[in-house]
Amino acid sequence: MLKLFSDIGSSVISFLYFLGGLTKLSAQTFFWIFIPPYKSQRTMEQAKRAGAESLPIVTLVALFIGIILALQTAYQLQRMGSEMYIANLVALSIVRELGPVITALVVAGRVGAAIAAEIGSMQVTEQIDALETLATNPIKYLVVPRFLALSLMLPLLTLYADIIGIVGGYLICVLKLGISASMYFNLTFSALLYKDLFTGLFKTVVFGMIIAFVCCYEGFNVEGGAEGVGKATTHAVVASFILIIMADCLITAVFYFIFP
Amino acid sequence: MIETHNLHKSFGDHKVLDGLDIKIETGTTCVIIGRSGCGKSVLLKHFVGILKPDAGQILVQGKDLAVLDDQSLNALRLKTALVFQGGALFDSLTVGENVGFGLTEHLKIDRRELVERVEESLCLVGLAGIQNLMPSELSGGMKKRVALARGICIKPEIILYDEPTTGVDPITADAINELIRSLHDKLKITSVVVTHDMKNAYKVADRIAMMYQGKIIASGTPQEIQETDDPVVHQFINGLAKGPITETIGNSG
Repeated sequence: MLKLFSDIGSSVISFLYFLGGLTKLSAQTFFWIFIPPYKSQRTMEQAKRAGAESLPIVTLVALFIGIILALQTAYQLQRMGSEMYIANLVALSIVRELGPVITALVVAGRVGAAIAAEIGSMQVTEQIDALETLATNPIKYLVVPRFLALSLMLPLLTLYADIIGIVGGYLICVLKLGISASMYFNLTFSALLYKDLFTGLFKTVVFGMIIAFVCCYEGFNVEGGAEGVGKATTHAVVASFILIIMADCLITAVFYFIFP
Repeated sequence: MIETHNLHKSFGDHKVLDGLDIKIETGTTCVIIGRSGCGKSVLLKHFVGILKPDAGQILVQGKDLAVLDDQSLNALRLKTALVFQGGALFDSLTVGENVGFGLTEHLKIDRRELVERVEESLCLVGLAGIQNLMPSELSGGMKKRVALARGICIKPEIILYDEPTTGVDPITADAINELIRSLHDKLKITSVVVTHDMKNAYKVADRIAMMYQGKIIASGTPQEIQETDDPVVHQFINGLAKGPITETIGNSG
């Protein structure tokens, strides 16, 4: 019994350490963003890795999600003879929820893991120390470009995923269920409000920050060699997933109750 | 000049530096010897402010590192090069970008001058013409020499070497020793070399200091160190399995 309490206590303490570390890293990042010199080249490089290079996987996942969503809603709505609402449901679900969350999870798995592994390897091979000895702040050099790239690229990727997801729904509705193309798009656009789009995109900025901070933090805190890098990468992806879902729940609730 | 007074540093319960005092004169090469894991590298990292002491004072060129603001500390770091044991070259950059890193990040110099300085630094370490290679394409010895080139490219006044000859073949080790010696002779740089390789120590040192149990227990010219009566130093420099160092470990274990 005592061991149970001690285990719970130590888990809570390590979680609080994690949150504290994350908060400190975020504060340092916001500070260093505004300190010159400003070198956009590193941010562009990271934006390319996080954004352009994620396009194929985001396309694939978003397309299949759109198709699955259309099939699943068709299964329910066909019983009531309301197939025409599939377009509305697909559009709203993808733009408000699935687009942002699925894109964030894909990016956390693909880009976040790479960030944690890269920074972790730099940590164990003393490259972070080498940066400091060359009078270069590691937060400014490593975290700021990744943070900016992810915060900018995730909304753009999500917008792209929304469109591809809607195309996925279109493929089922138009090619399989016989709804006309013009009707599908009319129903889609009539269902969507600017607020829906804004809600979805706002979330992704937060998700991008979560991925950047969590993965950089885990990378910086690697201990040991290759095994430590592996553990940190796993932690980074798992913690990003959990925090993304938690943040999604919170933001959805805020938008639902406070800005209905 | 580098000076420390009563330096203390612990990691958890493990006391690494325990009231360490050392004084390294400008323009000399001081070799710090000691067993692996005794805290030599930790001491080097204190000299550039990467690690902060729990207590005590570090003076580098007369400046107390504890009271320096970030800007002054960075200015001092640009006069000090630390050559890491494994090189610590940036994997994502080419050799040329690694060597010129300090210049591109901090000094506004034109591209032509940058290329010349990089070329010149690589020439000094005997590796001209490898600017476009990636660190993963280099051998261990080459990485150490490129790391040294990265250090000298910023024209430092102090160079700190962390185990420069560990993990390289004897011929490369000797070439690195020659290099350290010639850099010292040509550029009149203050050098601190951390090593447990006595051949390396005798070859490059003006003075040798022995670190043991978090303190400097002996210091002198290579000859003085070789002729010492101190049983700990005697055991270490002669590489004897039996003696006070191993007995202490045996008793404490």
